[in-house]
Formats: sequence, structure tokens, C-alpha cells
Amino acid sequence: MVTGAGTSPGPPGRAPRTDPEAMAALVARAQAGDDQAFEDLVTATHVETYTLARRLTGNDDDARDVVQEAYLRAYRSLDRFRGEARFSTWMYRITANCASTQVGRRRRHRHDELLEDLVVVDTRPELDPEAQADAADLRHRVNGALDELPPKLRAVVILRDVYDLPHEAIAAELGISESAAKVRLHRARKKLKERLFPGREPDDIEGAP
Amino acid sequence: MSPRQVATPQAGAACADLGQHLAAAASDPAALDRAARDHVETCLRCQADLVQHRRVLRALRSLRTEVLEPAPGLVTEVLAHIEEAGERHVIRSLLTGRRAAYIGGLAAATAAASAAGAIVLVTRTKNRRLPLAG
Repeated sequence: MVTGAGTSPGPPGRAPRTDPEAMAALVARAQAGDDQAFEDLVTATHVETYTLARRLTGNDDDARDVVQEAYLRAYRSLDRFRGEARFSTWMYRITANCASTQVGRRRRHRHDELLEDLVVVDTRPELDPEAQADAADLRHRVNGALDELPPKLRAVVILRDVYDLPHEAIAAELGISESAAKVRLHRARKKLKERLFPGREPDDIEGAP
Repeated sequence: MSPRQVATPQAGAACADLGQHLAAAASDPAALDRAARDHVETCLRCQADLVQHRRVLRALRSLRTEVLEPAPGLVTEVLAHIEEAGERHVIRSLLTGRRAAYIGGLAAATAAASAAGAIVLVTRTKNRRLPLAG
């Protein structure tokens, strides 16, 4: 169940609430020891970090713990951030790692009907209303189906297909091999498809063994 | 013609084998080898599966533009957590420093006592030897 959280669309085509140049300047100041700059970084990125943590953990309490731990780790290792990736991408990796630890610690799958009461708004105005309604409906069902996935599969498909992290980064943060990450991704996609479009299994086909 | 109508037992087996390859092909067409591509080109069931995989993938990618707003207070919690961890770290460092000083003091005292003992021992040995030497 969602407690005190809501959904809102970010600007399409770019990460919400972040301006790369302003972020780079903040990172540089924070690396120089400016705590106010780090606070500004947290303020600028915490919604995105929380969103990822919520999707990975499936509940608000764990997500908040993961966010706190992720920023603590970021604060402690800020001098190791070289700026090759965006700060938010770096935070995704740390968040994925923290969430993996948190989920492993909990080891129990929750069925809190995550996101069921969230209103999903399509941000692509070029779509006609019917297509928009279909897309919104599918997204709504995808959110539900993601929550039903085993945490290991869910983490990989979210990091790859939603956040576009490379297989290598996903494997590194989850502590698995790259090939295992790919296998999990394909299993997760297959499970999602079967859940969202049921009734096409081999048994359903006439003449199938 | 529906996918049900075109499926045969052989086709069904091939379709089942292709399951995860189709999942991979949704984002990477090269994931299908020549034989698999030939099969998909003639199998309406696999084509339909591939279309569904791509729809799911599009829906997943569109989630990227959504954010889940946390309940108020998260930034404060984050900063408090960092500050608390910083204080714990300082306390731990102090304790570690004190422990190191204590152990260092003990070691120094032991070394000094050993040295003093050794000097006394050597002195006594020399004193005992002197009359014999004369």
C-alpha cells in the first residue's frame, strides 16, 4: 500500500528535476567539502532515487531506508565519483546495490498492492485519447506485474528496461555475472509478458503436445 | 488466420524453445539467429509474442518518465542519517584513538620495564664477575 506517496510524470526525454551542468557544479562543490552543495544534490535527486528504491523494494518503508543508506554511501565516496556518468546514474547504481542488500535482508515478498492507488498520467501528448488510455492502462498493469515478480528478476528488469543501466553495471551492483543478469532479464520479460498477455502458452495451442 | 490456426505440434515446440529469445529480441533483433528469424517470419504466434514483448518493453521504458513522490521529510531524514553516521564515526574514531593510546602506553611501559630489568640483570652479572676477574 502506498503511504503518503503519489505519482507525477517527469518531463519526457530527460531525467526529471536535473540540469546536467548545474548538477556537475553542485557535485564539484560537494567534492570540495561544501556540505550545503551535497544537501542541494540530495534535494535535487531524492525523488528519482526514491522512485527507483520504491520500485526495487516494493514498499515505502524499505525505500526510505534504502534512500538514506544510498546517500550516506554517496556522501562517503563522493571523491570517487569521476563525473563520467551523470550523478543521478551514479546514484541509481548505489541505490540498486543498497536495495539488493535490503531486499536480501528482508527475504519476504510483500503483497502490499504496490502502486494500485496511484494515478498514472501519460506524458506523450501526440497519442490520441484512446491510445493514451491503452498506454496508461498497460503501464498501470505493468506496475502491478513488476511488483509480483521475484525481487531478483524485478531488480534486473527495472534497472535495464526502465533505467537503461548497462548489463555490466547491473551485474556489478547486484553481485552477479553479466550473463546471469541477461538470463534474469529475459526471464523477467517473459514472466511480465505472460502475466500481462495470458493465454498464449503452448498448452493453449491446438495440436500442441 | 489466428496464431492458433497456424500452430502445429512442431511449430509449438519451436515456439516454446524461442520463448526467452523473443524476450531478448524485443530490444535486440540480433538476439535471434537465422533459423529463429526464419521461424518467426512464418509463425504468427511468435510474431504476436514478439509484438507483445515490445509493448511491454515500451510500457517499461515509459515508466522512466514517472516519479513517485515520497511523503514529506525524506530529505531531512537523509541528512540526519548522514549526520548521525558522521557522529558515530567520530565517536568510533575517538574510541579507537584512545584504545590505540592505551595499548601503546601499555606496550611502552612493558618495554621500559623489560629494558630496566635487562639493565639490572646485566649490572648484577657484571658485579658478580668482577671479583673473579681480579
